[in-house]
Amino acid sequence: MRVDAYLIPAVDGVAYGLLLAIAAAGLTVAFGAGGVLNLAHGTLIAAGGYVAAATSSGTWPSLAAAVALAAGVGAAGGVVLAAATAALQGRGHLDQALLTFGVALIGADLLTTAYGSDTLRPRLPEVLEATIRVAGHRYPVDRLAVLGVAVAVVAVGYVVLHRTRAGRLIRSTVDDRAMVAGIGVNPRLVDVVVLVAAGALAGLAGALTTPILGVGPHTADTALLLSLIIVVCGGLGSVPGALAAALAVGVVQTVGVTSFPAVAPYLLIGAMAVVLLAHRTSLPAGASA
Amino acid sequence: MALSPDPYLHATAARMLPLAVLAVSVAVVTGHAGLHTLGQVLPYAAGAYTTARLALAGTDLAPLHLLAAAGAGALTAGALGAVLVRYRATVFLMLSLAVAELTAITAAQWRAVSGGTDGLAGIPAPRLLPGLPPLLADRTVLLYTAAVAIAATAAAMALLGGDQRTLLAAVRANEARASASGHQVTAYLWTAHTGAGALAGIGGALLIHTHRWITPADVGFTTAALALLAVVIGGATSLPGAAAATIAVLAVRDVAGAWLPGHAPLLLGVLFVTAVYLLPGGLTALPARLDSLPLPRHRRHRLALHTPDGPAQPVTRSTP
Repeated sequence: MRVDAYLIPAVDGVAYGLLLAIAAAGLTVAFGAGGVLNLAHGTLIAAGGYVAAATSSGTWPSLAAAVALAAGVGAAGGVVLAAATAALQGRGHLDQALLTFGVALIGADLLTTAYGSDTLRPRLPEVLEATIRVAGHRYPVDRLAVLGVAVAVVAVGYVVLHRTRAGRLIRSTVDDRAMVAGIGVNPRLVDVVVLVAAGALAGLAGALTTPILGVGPHTADTALLLSLIIVVCGGLGSVPGALAAALAVGVVQTVGVTSFPAVAPYLLIGAMAVVLLAHRTSLPAGASA
Repeated sequence: MALSPDPYLHATAARMLPLAVLAVSVAVVTGHAGLHTLGQVLPYAAGAYTTARLALAGTDLAPLHLLAAAGAGALTAGALGAVLVRYRATVFLMLSLAVAELTAITAAQWRAVSGGTDGLAGIPAPRLLPGLPPLLADRTVLLYTAAVAIAATAAAMALLGGDQRTLLAAVRANEARASASGHQVTAYLWTAHTGAGALAGIGGALLIHTHRWITPADVGFTTAALALLAVVIGGATSLPGAAAATIAVLAVRDVAGAWLPGHAPLLLGVLFVTAVYLLPGGLTALPARLDSLPLPRHRRHRLALHTPDGPAQPVTRSTP
C-alpha cells in the first residue's frame, strides 16, 4: 500500500481525535478536579449534536446559532449535573455512577422522543458541502472546517487553562483541593464551573461531530466509551494527556480500521487495558505475593 | 392472544433471575472484596456459552450444565483475577470495563462458539434428571430457576460467613494493616473473585435455561452496568439485597416498561435517580434509617408505656 493511501485516513484521524479531545477534556477535568464520575457525558454530546442538526438549515447564521445553542444546551446540562451531584458529597463514585447513569438514560429517552430514532445530519452552507483537492486526493470541505474549528477550540482551551487565573485554579484543584480551599477559594465552586464548562465543551463537540458522523440513538454510548478510554489513557485530570490520547484514538479508529480490519474491534479497548495494566499499583509490600 | 397472563408473568419472572445471580456475584466482588467491577460478565458469558454448547451437543442434564458453567466461570474469573486483583479503585473499575467490552466484542467475533452477532438460538430445554421430561412449562422453569438462584445465593452467603467475611472486611477497611498482620490479601481477593466467577457462571447457565438463546448483547456493557447498579441499590455487602434490587430494576424495565412502550429507559433512569437520593446505603440500610427517624408523638407515648423495667408508671406532665 502506498504511503499517501494513509494520508486521508490520517487527516480524518487527526480531525476526529481533536473532536474527541474537546469532548473528553471536560470529562477528565471534572473527574480530576471534583472527582465526579459523569456517565451522562455522552448524553450531553448527543444533545449538542441533535440541537445542532435541528437548528442548522443551510445558512451561515443558522450554523452559528446551531453551534452556540449546542454549547448552551451542554452548559445547561452541566448546571443540572452540578446541582444533582452536589447532594452526593462524600458518597463515593458508585453513587455518582448510579445518579449520572440514571440522568443519561432519562436524557437519551427524551432526546429520542424529541428527535426520533433516525440518524440526523445538519444542513450546511453550500460552500461546506463541496470537496477540494488535498495532495491529489478529493477531501470534503466540511471536515477541513471542523478540523480548523477544533484546532481553534483546543488552542483557546489551552490558553484558558494555562494562561488565566481561572485555568490555574482548575489545575490547582486537580492537584490539591485542600490547598485551593486554603487560599480562600471554594473548591465546590470550581467543581460547578468545571461541570458547566465540561457540558459546554461536550455540546460543542456534539455539534462539530454531527456533520461528519451524524447523531443518533447510539451516539451517547459511543461518545461516552471513547471519552472514558481517552480519560484513562491520558491520565485522570490531565488535559494534555487527554489531547494526546484523543489523537491516538482518532488515528487508531481511522487508520487502524482500514489497515488491520481483523483486529480493529479490539484495538481501542486493548490499548486501554495495556495502559491500565502498566499503572503502578499502590499495594503494600508483600501484599501482591 | 387468548393466553392467560400467568405463563407470561412466570416466564418474565424466571428471566430476571439469571441477572439476579450475576448481581449477587458482583456483590461478592464489589461489596465484600471492595473491588468495583463490571467484569463479572466474562464468567457469566463463559457459563452461558458453555451451557449453550453442551445443550446443542445433546447433553441436556441441568445439573451437569450448572456444574460445567460454574467450572467455566471459576476458571475464567480465576485467570482474570490473577491479573486484576493487584489493582484497586478506579484502575480496577476501568480494567473491568475493558473486560466487559472485550467480552462482548469476542462474543460477536468468535462465530464458532457464539454464533457471532446472530447469537445462538433454538437451544434445547434442559432436563433435571435422565428420563424426566424437559423443563418447558413456564411455571416449572420459574420454580427450577428460583430454586437454583436461592441455593446459589445461600451457598455464597454461607461461604462468606464468619472468618471469611471478617477477613475481607479487614482488607476493605485497612489493606496495609491486614497485609502487615501477615494476611495474604491478594490470595483472599483472588479467592473471592474466583468464587464469584463460579456464581456468575451459574447465572450464565440459568440465562440459557430460561431464554434458550443468547446474543452478544446479553453479555455486554449494559448487562454489566445493570448488575453493578443493582448492587448499589441493594446495598453493596448484601447478597439478597443485590438480588432483590435486580428484580426491582428488571421489573421496572420489563413490566412497567410495557405500560409505557418505548420508554423503559426513562423509567429505569427515574428509578436510579430516585434510589440514589432516597436510599443512601441501599435497600439494606433502609430499616436502620427508618429506626433512626424521630417517632411520631403518639408512638413515643405508646412505647413509653411498655418499658422493659416492668409495668409503666402513669406519665406525669411536668409543670412548665
